[in-house]
Amino acid sequence: MSTTRYSAFAVAREATRYHSGWGRAWRSPAPKSHYDVIVVGAGGHGLATAYYLGRTFGMRNVAVIEKGWLGGGNTGRNTTIIRSNYLQDPSAAIYEKARGLYEDLSQELNMNVMFSPRGVMMLAQTEHAVRGYLRTAQANALQGIATEFIGPDRVKQLCPIMNIEGPRYPVLGALWQPRGGTARHDAVAWGYARGCSAMGIDILQQCEVTAIRQKAGQVTGIETTKGAITCGKLAIVVAGHSGVLADMAGFRLPVESVALQALVSEPIKPCMDVVVMANTVHGYMSQSDKGEMVIGGGADGFNNYTQRGSFQHIEETVRALIETFPMISRLKMLRQWGGIVDMTGDRSPIISKTPLGGCFINCGWGTGGFKAIPGSGWAMAQMVARGDPGPLAAPFGLDRFAQGRFIDESVAAGVAH
Amino acid sequence: MLILTCPYCGVAADETELAPGGQAHLTRQGPGADSAAFEAYLFHRKNPKGVHFERWRHAHGCGKWFHAARDTVTLQVFGTYPAQSLTPPDTILKAIAATYPGFEWEGEA
Repeated sequence: MSTTRYSAFAVAREATRYHSGWGRAWRSPAPKSHYDVIVVGAGGHGLATAYYLGRTFGMRNVAVIEKGWLGGGNTGRNTTIIRSNYLQDPSAAIYEKARGLYEDLSQELNMNVMFSPRGVMMLAQTEHAVRGYLRTAQANALQGIATEFIGPDRVKQLCPIMNIEGPRYPVLGALWQPRGGTARHDAVAWGYARGCSAMGIDILQQCEVTAIRQKAGQVTGIETTKGAITCGKLAIVVAGHSGVLADMAGFRLPVESVALQALVSEPIKPCMDVVVMANTVHGYMSQSDKGEMVIGGGADGFNNYTQRGSFQHIEETVRALIETFPMISRLKMLRQWGGIVDMTGDRSPIISKTPLGGCFINCGWGTGGFKAIPGSGWAMAQMVARGDPGPLAAPFGLDRFAQGRFIDESVAAGVAH
Repeated sequence: MLILTCPYCGVAADETELAPGGQAHLTRQGPGADSAAFEAYLFHRKNPKGVHFERWRHAHGCGKWFHAARDTVTLQVFGTYPAQSLTPPDTILKAIAATYPGFEWEGEA
């Protein structure tokens, strides 16, 4: 199957023939009996891993296995915020790699991912937050990431609908990343899937892994609902279900899964052209191109796989945002949904070799994985191709827990992440 | 909303009244433990999709820690029991077996 190149000319051509010539964006092949690499999980991270394996590291006998449908997990359930203003150097490096790749991802994938570097501000609403963000701004300057600490007047100028005067937590300033923003989450997954398929990489949907085969401490293949498949290497990229796959592979992870939810309002006229994260009161909001206010907040405190979320977190989040943006108080909420996020103790991801030979894992992105998709996929692909982590992935190894070498973003990021 | 009954004060408390405390029945490693055991104790979690034994604190109530057995997929609660229990009581294991026939408790982690 050849892939139609998307362009203005293609739109004009198809307009003359009732859009009958677009064809499918990716193939739906039957599984082969063997692949050099099997990537489990066709979310953004898994598809990006497969894409860069083919594109950058020359491995094309690759399959991406997905139990549901492509991009149907957290990739399609997040609030699409992209930023890289992290405190710790390893985090800043990988998130900035991702943000940089997002800049021209639409051209790279020939798919409009609608990357919109509209700017992200993280509000400082206590003296501690001011000090914390001043420190992060300094760290970002050393890391070569363009951020600045701005005062309340500039905050109000950038986002006029915001109430900066409290009374509970007046806005004292913000960490501002002008090249942060949002992208269309589905298009990111679709774009990578289309790119993978065009390179001959198989995407196998509705195909659930039921067991992981191993011999003498080395992975040999997987069993799935569509039969057994052998593989040279296995990459587990399944976010919330990492614990389930790790259990099949025979090891445990320093990860716990909880539900994180988001909601969107009815669409309204454009009123806000930046992303605002209010971490002290804990809510974040941006406006989608359709006009909906996209709202995110806190995760559940207890382990669960419900993909639902809970009422009190909606209440907390909405309360925080009404305080910050009084004009949204009469908006109706249209949709609410939840995703299962995999949380590590230091709130940093794991990109690592595992105790099982030939098996690699990419997980622990917790509540902030979308922004990292291109960088995470790139670093994971490099590790899978070489058999050892490269400089981007190395700090995120599983061994950091035994060594006490945490990449502590739980303190640095406060809450929303 | 998740509702758990505190085994100490008997109040059926909803989750806003409770503080979650993570996986229960962890073997606390002492000074003689090797590094791997201590790492597992500190960080590795079962994180099951299904039956989970966990610690809770009746934070905005009597303040006591207790254990609960709960399904992480359906949020079905199989029962709660005192935090001093080294193994889940038979009544709870029976309640679990009614939903998951053949379920066996794996022992402490």
